[in-house]
Amino acid sequence: MLASAFVLPVIDYTAILPELILLGGMLVLLGLVAVIPKDFATTTYAGLTMSIGTASLVSSLVLWHDVTKGGPFQAVAQIVNVDGFSVFLMVLVSSILIVAPMLAAGYLENEDIQGAEYYILALISGAGAMLMGASNDLILIFLALEVLSIPLYVIAGLNFRRATSGEAAMKYFLLGSFSSAIFVYGIALTYGATGTTNIGSISGFLARNVISSPGTLYAGVALMVVGFAFKIAAVPFHMWSPDVYEGAPEGAVGFMAAIAKVGGFAALFRVFIGALPTLASVWSPVVWILAVLSLVVGAVIALSQRNLKRMLAYSSINHAGFILLGLVALSSRGVASSLYYLFSYSFVVLGSFAVIAVIARDNGGGSEIDSVRNLGRCSPLLGTVFAIFLLAQAGAPFTTGFLAKFYVVSAAIDAHSYAIAVLAMLSAAVAVVFYLRVVLVMFSGSESPEAIGSAVGQPVVTSRWVWSGLSICVMATLVFGVWPSPLIDFARAASLIFH
Amino acid sequence: MDHQTLSTVLQVSGAISRQQAFPFLTAIILVPVFAASLILAIPRDARRLIRGVALVASVAVLGISAAVIDLFRTGDGGYQMVSNHMWAPGLGISWSIGVDGISLFLVALTSLLFPLVLFGAYARQNTKSFSVWILLLEAGCLGSFLSLDLLMFFLFFEATLVPIYFLMVSWGHEGRNRAAMKFLVYTFVGSAFLLVGAIALAFMHQSQTGLLTFDIRSLVHTHVSGTEGVLLMLAFTFAFAVKAPIWPFHTWSPDTYAEAPASASIILGGVMAKLGTYGIVRFDLELFPHATILLAPLFLTLGVIGIIYGGIVAAQQRDLKRLVAFSSLSHMGFIVLGAFALTGESVSGAVVEMLNHGLYTAALFLLIAMIYSRRRTFEIARLRGLQGAAPVMAGIFTLVMLASIGVPGLNGFVGEFLILAGTFAAHRWWAVVAVLGVVISAVYMLWAYQQIFHASQPMTDPKEPLRDLTTRERLVLVPLVVLIVALGVYPKPVLDRIEPAVNQLIMHVHQVEATNALNANALSPLEGR
Repeated sequence: MLASAFVLPVIDYTAILPELILLGGMLVLLGLVAVIPKDFATTTYAGLTMSIGTASLVSSLVLWHDVTKGGPFQAVAQIVNVDGFSVFLMVLVSSILIVAPMLAAGYLENEDIQGAEYYILALISGAGAMLMGASNDLILIFLALEVLSIPLYVIAGLNFRRATSGEAAMKYFLLGSFSSAIFVYGIALTYGATGTTNIGSISGFLARNVISSPGTLYAGVALMVVGFAFKIAAVPFHMWSPDVYEGAPEGAVGFMAAIAKVGGFAALFRVFIGALPTLASVWSPVVWILAVLSLVVGAVIALSQRNLKRMLAYSSINHAGFILLGLVALSSRGVASSLYYLFSYSFVVLGSFAVIAVIARDNGGGSEIDSVRNLGRCSPLLGTVFAIFLLAQAGAPFTTGFLAKFYVVSAAIDAHSYAIAVLAMLSAAVAVVFYLRVVLVMFSGSESPEAIGSAVGQPVVTSRWVWSGLSICVMATLVFGVWPSPLIDFARAASLIFH
Repeated sequence: MDHQTLSTVLQVSGAISRQQAFPFLTAIILVPVFAASLILAIPRDARRLIRGVALVASVAVLGISAAVIDLFRTGDGGYQMVSNHMWAPGLGISWSIGVDGISLFLVALTSLLFPLVLFGAYARQNTKSFSVWILLLEAGCLGSFLSLDLLMFFLFFEATLVPIYFLMVSWGHEGRNRAAMKFLVYTFVGSAFLLVGAIALAFMHQSQTGLLTFDIRSLVHTHVSGTEGVLLMLAFTFAFAVKAPIWPFHTWSPDTYAEAPASASIILGGVMAKLGTYGIVRFDLELFPHATILLAPLFLTLGVIGIIYGGIVAAQQRDLKRLVAFSSLSHMGFIVLGAFALTGESVSGAVVEMLNHGLYTAALFLLIAMIYSRRRTFEIARLRGLQGAAPVMAGIFTLVMLASIGVPGLNGFVGEFLILAGTFAAHRWWAVVAVLGVVISAVYMLWAYQQIFHASQPMTDPKEPLRDLTTRERLVLVPLVVLIVALGVYPKPVLDRIEPAVNQLIMHVHQVEATNALNANALSPLEGR
């Protein structure tokens, strides 16, 4: 046993090619920055990041081809899964990495934040998110979690000219590392109870053995739940998210929100459905409670928010509750629906925060609801785009938002969780109020003429980069809302590994 | 019940009808959508062009629906002109649309009212967005009436909310924001239950047949146990009861009707209220016959309460639009009564009344808008003595009002009579109480009429003499007045098309109930047999 540990495992590089492309690309950027005497324009870095993202998207699709042809397999000493689930997340993360730089470029240019830092950090973080979806070992999940999180702490503090940005970074870092510690303690206890950190081996061990005193194992599971709940900002582990969303640089919040949710949920599904299906009766009530609290608290507290960023933070908590429904359902339909929801959420949240970044810029950094007053008049296109994102989040028909909600709710009903399904839809009804209130302020406008001047008096000018990013987000939201079959089929294929 | 054969037959017949003819029904839904996207491309200052495109599109829809009525096979109670396309196979959702006697005239009503709104109640500001929202609303309403797929129905049902919300908040009266939000939240809460119920039903069907589908032609064959049926039926009906509205879920409606602009009031009262009652007839009766029979006394009672309560409260209103809102509540009560009485006459009456109520409510709201444009108020007490200055308006108002009261010879009578006659046969005492509603409606309508047109001192501003109806206004009202009279005098063509579908539905309800009773082998005392 001991001797074999020192033999270098055979590494199948193609299995982790998308991650390698991201990290390699990151190194190239890093090297470039070190070599060139003067920084390039931020848009140049954005372009490079986008091409790295595209390369990783292509390699993910190639991997998808391999998986559909040859079936799922495990690589790199059985710690990396290559299956539909991991490939779906690779595709999603790559797509996020193509869109996010466009949306950030305009913001960074405007805030005069030079350098390639944001892009480098985003690439590292993306690689971490991919690994979280692919890993077949708790240790690797922990490493991937850190690779995902640490760059996000830095991104939160990227706007060094603003004190709130530093505050957000500090808060995120302290609470984040605290939760990581809890998570790693959970892994240790699970290892103590089962004698392995390999996900497949844990589920095999638990299926074969009856644990007479399961206290250690339960404690381990509970601590892992806490760790994940923090990452996905599920109530009651959500306290950091409104502050971080509010303080972090607007141009980057969308990316932070999307990538943290994608990575967190990916690993959550891997661990709980992959390793602990036999303990479902133990952890599913806990997840049920997390989902219910997130649905209710997210929707209700968002109602009272006057700041758009805080409102969207609470609405994200509500979304997390919806995505958890897929786990509550404990079925491949549930997994597929959560994947669809994650896809839908990622583009909507990227787009929403990009619009907020533009508004906050024109409004001296403020993002109170009043700052969008008359946006629909002054800049009809931007107003319409924002309205589409908000309506999609509210679950309007013919957007991905509706199908995502429909899909997760149907998964919950399929599992006979009627109560939570009704509750989820009722929380969506509450959520409609605060989304539409913003739309109302944008379009119904002329109540107080003096407010027009203060808010968006001058026409909102937005860079081409932001516009192209926004149009991709809108397309993703509408196209897959009207013609959902390809994405649904992909999500279903990705969910087949479970059961 | 060999539903696989049946569904094959349905598919084949769908295929045949697809080969046979131009896809009229798909066109009906898509024409407004295309026109709306076309308008988006037109610069906002080209108002005439925008209005022209919108009007042409809505008239084209009216033309297509006329063709649909023409092609409709009169004696056939099933779905006609069906077209099926898979939309999201993974989720079991398909683009299945078709028309039968129950939906035919609601489609016709919808396609008639929208051009009238565009012609007679258009918004002077922001014509572009107004036209886009109106056209999208039209597509949503038509899609709801034509969908044979439960989830497509839900999608369209929900999709109507976005345009109507924007119509209200952009062009409504003072309290519009609150009213619109109230309306939206109420409807959304209702829909939450509908969605959950629909999904649950589809999964029950899947576990029984292995086929995941939301197509109601397949879902009718789902075996639903007693308790499940009652719960599902309540979940569905809650959404419909809010939309209709049925007492006691009506509290949004007076505010909403009052604060909405004329265009939205016409659509809300004329078309969207029918989404609720149509949902009851189409889905509750067809999908949950047993639960419907079981719960019929409850809903009959709610219907009767609505009739009486709506009438009494209407009589106390000072605001003309609120008065119409409560009178609508009363009329919706009649429709609910007819639907749950479950006899051929009463359900036919309910369907006819949906059409008729749409016609005279639209006419009433148009007239109220015309009065408002002259007097800038909806307050009944301040609208006095219009008779002398506007005799034509007074005449048309009288006619529409009499139709709304249900005077024989006008269209309102036909539906109410059938409903009451059919209900009397099956549920005597409910019918007896409901008749009082007719009396009450005469009281409040005539009182309002007296106040508005006859009360002594005309409060005209001497600087601005009151005009009678303009040519445009007359043109808008003519189609409605003609139909109100024509359908009152000769409702046979309408009834001939409605009755086969209704009879088939009633037969289905009683058949399923009979099989259930046989299977259960324990008869419970059922009403309505």
